[in-house]
Order: sequence, then structure tokens, then C-alpha cells
Amino acid sequence: MILLFEQLLNGLQYGVTLFLLAAGLTLIFGIMGVINLAHGALYMVGAFAASWVAIQTGSFWGGLVAGLVASGLIGLVVETAVIRRLYARDHLDQVLATFALILIFNQTTVLIFGRQPLFTTLPEIFSGSVEIIPGLPYPTYRLFVIAVGLAVALGLYFLINKTRIGMLVRAGATNRQMVRALGVNIQGLYTAVFALGALLAGLAGVMASPIVSVQVGMGDEIILATFVVVVIGGVGSVKGAFVAGIVLGLFDTMLRAFLPATLQQVMPGPEAQALGVGISSMGIYLMMALVLLVRPRGLFAARG
Amino acid sequence: MQRLLTTASLLVALAVPAYAEGTRIGVITTLSGPAGYLGEQIRDGLTLGLEASGAAFELVVEDDGRDPNTGVQVADRMLNEEGIKLLTGIVFSNVSGAVVPEALDAGAIYVSPNAAPSPLAGEKCHPNYFVVSWQNDSLHEASGAAAKKLGYTTAVALAPNYQAGKDAIEGFKREFGGEVTEIYTGVEQSDFAGEMAQIRDKAPQVVFQFHPGGQGIAFLKQYQQAGLLGTVPMVLSEPSYDAVILKAVGPAAVGVTGTTHWNADFDNEASKAMVAAWAAAHPDVPLTTYGQQAYDTGLLIGSALVKAGGDGDVAALQAAIKAAEFASTRGSFAFGPNQHPVQDWYMTAIEADEAGNPKVVTKEKIREAVGDVYAANCKM
Repeated sequence: MILLFEQLLNGLQYGVTLFLLAAGLTLIFGIMGVINLAHGALYMVGAFAASWVAIQTGSFWGGLVAGLVASGLIGLVVETAVIRRLYARDHLDQVLATFALILIFNQTTVLIFGRQPLFTTLPEIFSGSVEIIPGLPYPTYRLFVIAVGLAVALGLYFLINKTRIGMLVRAGATNRQMVRALGVNIQGLYTAVFALGALLAGLAGVMASPIVSVQVGMGDEIILATFVVVVIGGVGSVKGAFVAGIVLGLFDTMLRAFLPATLQQVMPGPEAQALGVGISSMGIYLMMALVLLVRPRGLFAARG
Repeated sequence: MQRLLTTASLLVALAVPAYAEGTRIGVITTLSGPAGYLGEQIRDGLTLGLEASGAAFELVVEDDGRDPNTGVQVADRMLNEEGIKLLTGIVFSNVSGAVVPEALDAGAIYVSPNAAPSPLAGEKCHPNYFVVSWQNDSLHEASGAAAKKLGYTTAVALAPNYQAGKDAIEGFKREFGGEVTEIYTGVEQSDFAGEMAQIRDKAPQVVFQFHPGGQGIAFLKQYQQAGLLGTVPMVLSEPSYDAVILKAVGPAAVGVTGTTHWNADFDNEASKAMVAAWAAAHPDVPLTTYGQQAYDTGLLIGSALVKAGGDGDVAALQAAIKAAEFASTRGSFAFGPNQHPVQDWYMTAIEADEAGNPKVVTKEKIREAVGDVYAANCKM
């Protein structure tokens, strides 16, 4: 029972990370119509900037700010220099250009930081664990990650549903041409949305950096799962990204946690593990196929 | 700064072949990715060991990226295009499992400074294949013996799902004898939250885990963050608590029991000379057992090159390596029938030094002059 609860928390933590990445990606895709493969590179930028500053200054919070600033600024630069030229092009051009961005970001990071992974230490208040229910001390930092993810979700909800810019974002996701025809400064909106997406991706990277090893290519691993979240949630829908992110995070973690052990009861250790890991890494794609069968536009498709 | 140092040490390594007339030695090792520092340790240890032996040599160093395919390509180029007859350097068992047969088929000699997968120790043993480090299983049998000696009867054993990981858990189980729950992790996995939950659920008396390089750093940190460090004791084999891991993990490692074939506090001439040479050449990088094994490999190869002469006679070189006439940094060293080491194993404790940082202290000898279980299957 405690095991199940702890794995649920682990799934929730993975889920909010996916949500932070998917929220930006779905907005960029839904509003600007750009497939941004390099979104994972911004995640890596956030993680590297935060870790480097944290190592140099010894301050986690300094690293947090640095990671957000770096990913937001680089997002702005990328939008102005590259993405802006891609709105009118077809998806193949966008895929090629943003794939090139991945390679450029990865190699630049190798040049600056080398291939050795960076490791940071947590601030004192996060380094231990809290006993949330008797018999289950859970790492404080992972709880903090979950809290930050949920807070961002709440913030985005207000931003999108209660503010003028949110209204434009919703309108843009539903009908881009109409928004432009009404005389809205669509370029400004695009830049703001892209920078916001980059900032969220950077935040996901910052949050992950003390847990995993910060290394080149770390964004490429998680971006595939993020695209699955965007597709399941419905392109352009932040609500969809939230629901799909959490569900996928839980689903994936549960499969990885319990499938190998279940299989181990009927077959030898390493083989059960290999099969279990194999099936669980297919799990989210199977789920995507099923969702698309029933709802071809995803769960919360924004566009009619 | 670190980047600068890495570049500087690379330049030093490239500048080493001042003995232009020396025998060319192919070093295939892992220099990139989270485990890249292991290859650097091996490269630098080999260089220092060969220099100490007084032999004339030239190292040809290439990165395998921990990828068997890359390893085979590099080996192919070294063997067939550059005509190198002596290879060494591989860190990981999955790479050595692919490269070693390739080298042996080409009539070359391979001397392993680290990886020693079980298939190559038993029926597939070969006169031209030598291992200076240990056989994978025996490395972890020592941890099994230590856990048993400490009186534990239930354990959770975790290792990545590849050959060395399977050898690790088999080796641990063989000497431990108690009840063991096996958990296999992903080879590239760096978030172990799910495994921490499983350990907590099983509540074993002891945890044994084998995660070399960056994975080991992540595992120990997350073990502490999950609040398990103070509650469930951990026994580790030497690759999971090398000096670089301890430096990165800090206080999160204090209290852990380790087992090893060598430790920096060993009191013999060869070991002291090595520790001093390393400190002079790489003041900012701690010496790990990878560096020590490579240093011993360098001493062995160097002694054989001096004896056989560097004129490319493979048979003479093979005989000279087999004789193993060198003063090992671990005190006693001999080859068993399958040309894997027969050596002593020690239990160590990771204690806090004055600054609260972990340091490894040798406690007692737990196994004496042991080889490996696969030697019996080797017919040469």
C-alpha cells in the first residue's frame, strides 16, 4: 500500500515535469503552427545554466533564476532568429530547421561544458525527506517539484482564462487567421508565447537537474514523451497538456514499477526485467494509439 | 576550469609518446558520457604505469562511447589498418564482449585493465587474453562475503541490465547465501525513485548495488534523499564508490561498507610510488581503482615489453605477460589457469574525515588468494 502510494507520487512528479514541457510545446504548436523539435534543447539549457551557476555560487536559488533567465532569453533569440522565418513554411521545413537547432545546441553545450555530467547539491531544506504518512519518508525536493508543477498549472489557468493575453492565446489556438484579421499584434503574441514556452521548458530542466545527471542530450530523451502528451491532450490545449501529462506520468511509472516484478513471478529475473521494461516503454505509445482511435484530435482539442 | 584541466590533461596524454620508437599499444576506452572519467582514469593510469616500468611505448587512444559497435570499429582500424598487436583499455563488459573476440581472431593480445565478463573467463578463455583487474563475479563475491560476515540474511541487490550487472548480482548471491531480491535497472537510467520505493517496500537488512560512474553518484544521492541511508545499510563493490563518486556525493556516502582489492592507504612500495606519481601528475583528480588497475596493467605490459623486446614478437610478448613478473600495487598478484588474477579482497569502511567528507579506510582481509569460479571451465 505504501509502495503504491510512493510510486503514485513518483508518477505525479514525472507527470508535472512532462506538463511543464508539454504546456509550452502545445501552445507553440497550437498557436503558431510550428513543430518545435528543439523544445528539449531549452530544457537542457535550463538544466545546464542552473547547475553551472549553482556549482559556481553554491546557491540553488541563484541557479533557479539563472536557468529561467537563460532559457527565456535563448527562447527569445531562437524565435527572432529562426522560428519567425518558419511560420509560413510547411512542417517539413520546420522539422528540418528545429532538428538542426538540436544539433547546434548539443554541440555548443559540449564545447562549453564538456561531456562530463554536472552534479549539484540541494539546499539544506530540500536535502532530506519528510514522513508524509507513517512509514513513508518522501524526498522533500521531489515534493517541491510536484508543488511547483501544480502552482505553474494554476498560474497558467489564470493567465489563459482570466487575462487579455490569455484570451488572445485561446483565440489564436482556435482560429489564427481571425485573430490576425481583427488587428491584433500577432507577432508580439507569437514572441511572447514562444518565450513563455521556453521559460517553462527551462523550469522543467532546472527542477530535474538535482535529481538526474545533467548531460548533453538529456532533452532528446524526454521530448518524445512530451510530444505524446501534446498529441493525447490535443494540440493547443494547456488543459489537455496537464491532464495528459499527469496521466501519462502515472501510467508510465506504474508500468515500470510493477510490470517487471509481476513478470518475475513467472519467468527468470533478467528476462522478466527486459520484457517488462520493453513493454512499459511501449506503454505510452500504445495509449496514444488508443486515444487517437477514439478521439483523433486528442482529448481536449482546441481547434474546431 | 574543469574543462580547461581536461583539455590540459588530454594534451599531456597526447604529448606523452616522446618515445617515438616504442611499441604501439591500442587503448580503446570510454571517454565520453557520464562514465567518461573512467576512461580518463584508465588512460592516465596506463601512462603512469608504463612510464614507471621503463619500457619504450606509444599509446594510441580512442573513445568507444560505451558502445560495442564503435568499439569494434575502432579495434578493426587499429588491428587491420595500423597493425597494432597489443590492445587494452576497455571499461565496460558489453564493449569488451564484442571487441575482445575481434582482437583475438586477428592474432593480437588483449590485456584488460577493468572489464572481465564471465563468458570470456570460462570456456572461451584464450592464451592471448589477460585480465589484470578481477573477474566481474569475484568483484561482487567479496561484497556478498562482507554482507554475510556482517550477519545480514536478507538483501535487495540492484544492478543495470547488462552482462556486468548480471555477473554482479550472481557474484553477490554466490557468497552471500541469504535471501536476495533482484532488481535490474536501465543501463542509461538516472532517476531511481521507483527503485527506492521498492527497497523501502522490501525492507531488507542490507542493500547491495552496482552502478559505476555517473549512475552511482545519482543512486547514492537519491538513496540519501529518500531517507534510506540511515535506515538500511549498504554494501558496495569498489566500482560503485570510487574516489570520484565519493567526491561528488560527499557526506551521503558516510557509513557505507565497501569491498575492494586495493585502497589508497595500502602500505607497499609500488602502491606508495603510484599514489605519489598520480598526485604529481593529476593533483586535482582523485585516483580511483580504475586508475590503479590501469597502472598495474601498465606495469605488467611494461615488464613484458622490457623482457620480450619491442620487436613485435607476439609469442614472446604473450609468454612474458603470462609470467607476470612485476611488483603489483595490491601486494600479491598471480594469474590463475584462465589468466585472470588470484588475489586478496578487503573490507573497507567509508568514514568522515575532519571536514566531514568521506574517506575510505581499509578494515580487514575477507578473502585470501581467490580466483574465480569460471577458471575450472577453462581449457587452454
